[in-house]
Amino acid sequence: MSKEPVAVVGIGQTKHVAARRDVSIAGLVREAAGRALADAELTWADIDAVVIGKAPDFFEGVMMPELYLADALGAVGKPMLRVHTAGSVGGSTALVATNLIAGRVHGTVLTLAYEKQSESNAMWGLSLPIPFQQPLLAGAGGFFAPHVRAYMRRTGAPDTVGSLVAYKDRRNALKNPYAHLHEHDITLEKVQASPMLWDPIRYSETCPSSDGACAMILTDRAGAARSPRPPAWLHGGAMRSEPTLFAGKDCVSPQAGKDCAADVYRQAGIADPRRDIDAVEMYVPFSWYEPMWLENLGFAEEGEGWKLTESGVTELDGDLPVNMSGGVLSTNPIGASGMIRFAEAALQVRGQAGEHQVEGARRVLGHAYGGGSQFFSMWLVGAESPTS
Amino acid sequence: MPEVLKAPLVVEFPFTRSLGPVQSAFLTGLRERVVLGVKTADGRTLVPPVEYDPVTAEDLDELVEVAPTGTVTTWAWNHEPRRGQPLDTPFAWALVRLDGADTALLHALDAPGPDAVRTGMRVRVRWAAQRTGAITDIACFEPYDGDRPQIAGHDGRFEDMVTGIVAPARLDYVYSPGRAQSAYIDSLSSRRTVGERCPSCRKVYVPPRGACPTCGVITSEQVEVGPRGTVTTYCIVNIKARNLDIEVPYVYAHIALDGADLALHGRIGGIPYDQVRMGLRVEPVWTEGGRHPDHYRPTGEPDAEYDTYKELL
Repeated sequence: MSKEPVAVVGIGQTKHVAARRDVSIAGLVREAAGRALADAELTWADIDAVVIGKAPDFFEGVMMPELYLADALGAVGKPMLRVHTAGSVGGSTALVATNLIAGRVHGTVLTLAYEKQSESNAMWGLSLPIPFQQPLLAGAGGFFAPHVRAYMRRTGAPDTVGSLVAYKDRRNALKNPYAHLHEHDITLEKVQASPMLWDPIRYSETCPSSDGACAMILTDRAGAARSPRPPAWLHGGAMRSEPTLFAGKDCVSPQAGKDCAADVYRQAGIADPRRDIDAVEMYVPFSWYEPMWLENLGFAEEGEGWKLTESGVTELDGDLPVNMSGGVLSTNPIGASGMIRFAEAALQVRGQAGEHQVEGARRVLGHAYGGGSQFFSMWLVGAESPTS
Repeated sequence: MPEVLKAPLVVEFPFTRSLGPVQSAFLTGLRERVVLGVKTADGRTLVPPVEYDPVTAEDLDELVEVAPTGTVTTWAWNHEPRRGQPLDTPFAWALVRLDGADTALLHALDAPGPDAVRTGMRVRVRWAAQRTGAITDIACFEPYDGDRPQIAGHDGRFEDMVTGIVAPARLDYVYSPGRAQSAYIDSLSSRRTVGERCPSCRKVYVPPRGACPTCGVITSEQVEVGPRGTVTTYCIVNIKARNLDIEVPYVYAHIALDGADLALHGRIGGIPYDQVRMGLRVEPVWTEGGRHPDHYRPTGEPDAEYDTYKELL
């Protein structure tokens, strides 16, 4: 039996900010879910199941928050699932929800991911004082910076490429009312003059810490037929994992990422991603990850990704726009960040991305990764039904 | 074989919570010695109140006052109160349905012993002397034989609302690094670095994990590596971490010790930070009593060729 086609018919986000002190965690997720329902013109009664994701419980210190959030998400009396795959969780959460529909378990599913970083301490959650280990480092930037240097060495990329990405993403964010950072006076010079935190990563090339939630309503063919607005159709979705560290791991371009992309392209019938995909919303928490992922995802040959960035191909009006929303560099409620990527891909093919809409976007890739580059999740969505 | 190590690991953090309108009213009420519930669409009063209707999922905002007296609906005796619990003498954990409420609130019940507690018994709130807008403003419940008091019918609007709380969390673990890491740490005490070779792929893991993450098989063959190695990649850290006693800037590097198939992480010293480079040859520097090398310094050898370490970044 073939799989049921899956459509995105509702998308909702909160305005991402540094701190939402006016709402509880329940109030935050509720706001995104309510907006997704409104977009789909559905009510709580139309939802068959809820799939929720967030980063480690340690971050906010609420253990198994899905239990406490059931009533805020209308899940009482319905199946509720929690997904966790570190920073990629927003993407894998959406894919778990997708599979419930593709497998005809449920007709319409609410999927949602969030983080309330103002009430959490990610740095602490990731840097526990493990006995017998030598404390050397705190924070994700120091973990990823050596990999960025390895990329620069491997490809010979000029050291300005990271600043070009940050400058582009921050300008894209100005067109996205939901983005956290709205730096109206941003200039390339300002990015390049910002202090080095973990050389070669500058302050302006890192992501902010945000409070935010993102929700989507996924449905089957019958649900899509009732949708008041054009749906985004799933053409392919996949997840892959590998260990954080192992002998032979390519930290610059992990095999799991390549395999995940290849699976998605196979499902979607993509022969040449650079030609067949109109735009990409990828998980770039540090600016250099744009050229790195362009290679990992097959949009450029190995060693050539930075040339796409440098020549303006990835600009909003370029030939392959990347991170139209402003990306993780402009908004990072960790648990939600992957889903925001997936939602942006869906917004684009629905033609509902507003000022950051890519003209004629028909097929867009959403990408997320997490942990020490060990979890990957991706989906490719299109304006047309995969069966049409 | 050396003993498997164990040590306490305490994880604690003062989490902040934004309350939202309903919990804000509830906790502010406790500060003012008023217990509030919330009215649902089907006419029930939930205490403690929730923000969303568990039946219809709609927003809830109609706050109603209930009495500080109520009835125990079920309970369990706590023989040995632990750190942070409401009372430091044995007490009952009780679910109490306050007069006017349809649901029960969990709290401590101060009673002389389990024989003095029964389902259906009448109790009342014992207020804390110092109240801040927290669930601990109810010190506990206590047995009560009197009448049900009159309540004023408060609507939940107060001066100076409590909008956030601090919720300290603490977890006590006993941490053990396991057999392989214990042996590795034991070797370090004699300033030797000993990894383990995978019997399948022959790769040498340092530090060893006891199993090969690629092949999924147990490793046991011990292999001494180093002491010299090559800096494969690095970053210059300019942020002073709160919990680290290291002056910035410093170089955090991936170091492939000679004979290891995976780089480990260490700090580079004995050379200006801006002269560190990929391929630099280094050796460990130990300090008296240190469990690990304090840092690595240049050996003075010529730099390693990129091709010799490009798989070990």
